[in-house]
Amino acid sequence: MGLKEVLKPLGAWRQIAKRPHTILVPKVSREAAERYRGFHVNDLEKCIGCGTCAAVCPNEAIDMVPVEGIEPKKGDSGFRPRIDYGRCCWCGLCVDSCPTTSLRMTNEYIWVRETPDDFVYIPGYHIKGFEKKEKGYRKDKEHSFTDYHRVPMRELPPEERVETFAEVVLGYAEEEARREADRCVGCGLCIAGCPDRMHIPDYIRAIASGEYARSVNIMYENNPFAELCGKVCTRRCESYCSLGHEGDPVAIRWLKRFATERFSDLKQVIKVKKAEPKDKSVGIIGAGPGGLTAAYYLALRGYKVTVYEAMPEAGGMTMAGIPKYRFPFPSLKKQVDFILSQGVELKLNYFVDQERFRELMKKHHAIYIGVGLMKPWTLGVPGEDHPNVIYAIDFLRKINFKEPVEVGKEVVVIGGGDVAMDAARVSRRLGAEVTIAYRRRKVDMPADHEEIEGAEEEGVRIWEKIIPIRVEDAPEGKVKLVYGKAKMVDQGPGKRPKPVLIEGEEYELVVDRIIVAIGQQADLSFLPPEIAEKMEVERGRIKVNHRQMTSVEGIFAGGDVANRVADAISAIADGLRAVKGIELYFQGKMD
Amino acid sequence: MSKEEVRLFIGPQHPGVTGNMSVEVLLKGDTITWAKTHIGYLHRGFEKLMERRIYIKSFPLVCRICVPEPDTNEENFARGLEELAGIEIPERAKWIRTLVLELSRLQMFIMWYGGIAGSMGLSTPVQWGIGDRDYILDLFEELTGGRIYHIYIMPGGVRKDLPEGFEERVLKLMDIIEQRLPEYDEIIMENAVVQKRLKGLAKIPRDWVDEMGITGPVARACGFPYDVRKDHPYEAYPYLDFDVITEDGCDAWAMLLVRRREIDLSINLIRQIIEKMPKGEFLARLPNVLYWKIPPGETYVKSEATRGEFGYYMVSDGSDKPRRVHVNGPSFVHGITLLERLLVGQNIADVAPIMVSLQTCPPEMER
Ligand SMILES: Cc1cc2nc3c(=O)[nH]c(=O)nc-3n(C[C@H](O)[C@H](O)[C@H](O)COP(=O)(O)OP(=O)(O)OC[C@H]3O[C@@H](n4cnc5c(N)ncnc54)[C@H](O)[C@@H]3O)c2cc1C
Ligand code: SF4
Ligand code: SF4
Repeated sequence: MGLKEVLKPLGAWRQIAKRPHTILVPKVSREAAERYRGFHVNDLEKCIGCGTCAAVCPNEAIDMVPVEGIEPKKGDSGFRPRIDYGRCCWCGLCVDSCPTTSLRMTNEYIWVRETPDDFVYIPGYHIKGFEKKEKGYRKDKEHSFTDYHRVPMRELPPEERVETFAEVVLGYAEEEARREADRCVGCGLCIAGCPDRMHIPDYIRAIASGEYARSVNIMYENNPFAELCGKVCTRRCESYCSLGHEGDPVAIRWLKRFATERFSDLKQVIKVKKAEPKDKSVGIIGAGPGGLTAAYYLALRGYKVTVYEAMPEAGGMTMAGIPKYRFPFPSLKKQVDFILSQGVELKLNYFVDQERFRELMKKHHAIYIGVGLMKPWTLGVPGEDHPNVIYAIDFLRKINFKEPVEVGKEVVVIGGGDVAMDAARVSRRLGAEVTIAYRRRKVDMPADHEEIEGAEEEGVRIWEKIIPIRVEDAPEGKVKLVYGKAKMVDQGPGKRPKPVLIEGEEYELVVDRIIVAIGQQADLSFLPPEIAEKMEVERGRIKVNHRQMTSVEGIFAGGDVANRVADAISAIADGLRAVKGIELYFQGKMD
Repeated sequence: MSKEEVRLFIGPQHPGVTGNMSVEVLLKGDTITWAKTHIGYLHRGFEKLMERRIYIKSFPLVCRICVPEPDTNEENFARGLEELAGIEIPERAKWIRTLVLELSRLQMFIMWYGGIAGSMGLSTPVQWGIGDRDYILDLFEELTGGRIYHIYIMPGGVRKDLPEGFEERVLKLMDIIEQRLPEYDEIIMENAVVQKRLKGLAKIPRDWVDEMGITGPVARACGFPYDVRKDHPYEAYPYLDFDVITEDGCDAWAMLLVRRREIDLSINLIRQIIEKMPKGEFLARLPNVLYWKIPPGETYVKSEATRGEFGYYMVSDGSDKPRRVHVNGPSFVHGITLLERLLVGQNIADVAPIMVSLQTCPPEMER
């Protein structure tokens, strides 16, 4: 050590000639990086109030609060996240978890206020001035906590399908189901979308953790047809899944199917709590999903229940209408048998006519009408009474009850709903060339898009904008459909365009069978006049109150005959609601 | 305590103490006759908090266990979790993680380099250290969205890929830092004050190293070639070419030499990483983090932090929250066991340089 070590450090003075490293705030401002995790902004239109951000926040900095001007609706809780910046640590986990990607961060980090309250606010609602900032931390959908991709469902290949009535959908393997179930963020927005308010996130989470029996038990709390719904439900819930906004909704239906299918003997799985027997009895007309649901829960509550069914099997339209490649008989039988095992009495081949209805009125303390829609709508065109014109529900019923049916080589199905798809796909399985003729466009079809795709894969042709004009006889035992074409006329915003016949043009199609599938209507001729005149009917459906009671005391109704939604889960929901209604009625507490 | 002795508390509020802790000493004249450390000022109960949180919520927490070098915590916690959950991470993620760890090491050592001078009252290098470190923090900001707490290394890999042109900016900064270092050397290493005060200071008997479990630059300054990056390589370290740095002075000067050479090594490693880093995916698909249950098991993962061997002992009981996470910060040994013995016989004015030489970091003692 010497003089050098004393002088060397003086080299620091050289820095005096250099530029400073500091930034002279506020004269100069420094923009933070593109990904900077600064103050949040939230697109309130896109946000659905799912609360996933609040669930993942490690600091409980987020509260979900109601916001003026945003009303709760299906698929939107109406709440929005409020962030307390006294707690937030700017981790951005909330951003990475937000299923709709509405929540992001800006690269804004300076914000000065006198009051701490100003640092607790609802991004997007309380305007802070940096909402327009483009830069800041954003979610990268493929590298986030959200899995937007549904585990694909395996199906029979179309060429094999048309050879058989075997189930098209093959179901998830265990690993697939658990992976699919694990995608659920548990927000529960789907529940409001389910007519029956099933406890969806709970049974899905049970599947994700491998607790299948628990999962099925959760389902049976309000749905004794869980497996039916697992196969053919219209799955309204899925359209409210928070993952559906930016990706595939969770396959709620297929998961239900997976869990229920694992158990062949429901008696060993479902833990029922049965109430003490009570001295009241209920008569149920129609063993459809609605009637049987009412029967099941009434039986569990200790009531004596008898179900009267006109057909030789229970299940209603799920037995007689839905084709077996979608809903096989053994599955229906398993579910019906379990319901019956709770002490429900079922009388088959028992058509309730006016006389019998009067008897039931005397015998039971309450009646539930779940007779569905058994009469087809007709086209109302000349020549419709041709023997080669048949109606989809009659056709499907015969197929499902294994009665002989001939469709010939060429079939045209008129309609665009699920029943039309079923009739078309069944006809394909009988070896016919099938055309679906629909009066609007394919995009307007009320049928489930998966059904439309399935039909097309199986070789069904779809003709759009076809309006039947009349039916004529044709040689060699065939039938001729004379039709015109429609043009779509705009009906203003929010309304479906209307098909209007282009006058002066006629076309012909000669086929072996015309299958009419344009809807069904209720047949209430079994009601004795003294009841019929008191029972309010609105546009073809029995009118009920919020407890499913008709305008006649003690008579309840539900399912297709009362509910315009007309699907199995709505019928199930009605049945369940009627149980509560009947109980209140018995207790004299009908509200 | 005899009548000739004075009892003195250094810290917890004291510029010469490395963070919130205090050292209680007895002095005879200027000489320390007895020393005791007091910690607890920083105890935030991290380990306990983790037991009550789902795993993902602990990521914004673990980085806070060591403020100036948070990434080791993120990396260890992520790697432990991946081990327990049986998750393979993409190759690129390992390289990006290693880049982050070395950048983190570099900024920490640069700040330390200024800091050791500061502990002897030389305040210019302190400003330099903090200033130059900020350029590295700029890179972190760009890469991770945060300057100090990156919350970037996540189970499955890293949260985002490198931004466009990031590699070039890193290399450019490495060149700048490399040019700058001789200026530091001139006012620190080649400074008579520093040399006079550090040479022979805090001489550690070699057998203490094993006895106490001393690791990191302190152990390497005693000639022990132990470096977790080399001895138990993790992430991309197996693919990097480097030698473990040792000195044999066993004193504060040797520790300074080791750390100064570590700066060069980090720059070298960063260049190697950028050259060799593979392209591809950077984050593996995770189970739903809100409900992620980790199979029962236990693991101990460790890495080389600037202070020494850093480790996480993690136990899962199969639930969605850890049963136990124990964080092993090297400062526990260096800043308590070693410091208390080392101070005896030293001059009161040397408490600060000794603490800085041991690079004690109170937050990692108190998890
Ligand atoms: C072809 C077809 C496919 C369908 N596909 C689906 C689908 O995929 N998903 C879905 O959710 N829904 C589907 N539906 C609708 C669904 O089947 C019905 O919404 C549901 O079955 C209605 O249940 P319900 O209890 O109201 O009565 P229904 O199921 O209609 O049952 C009524 C029962 O009452 C009996 N009955 C009627 N009158 C009397 C009487 N006087 N005396 C005794 N018994 C009587 C009938 O024989 C019948 O068994 C489909 C319907 C059809 C026709
Ligand atoms: S950034 Fe992190 S701490 Fe802040 S609100 Fe979002 S999740 Fe919570
Ligand atoms: S996670 Fe996104 S969509 Fe859901 S409440 Fe939060 S900000 Fe809204």
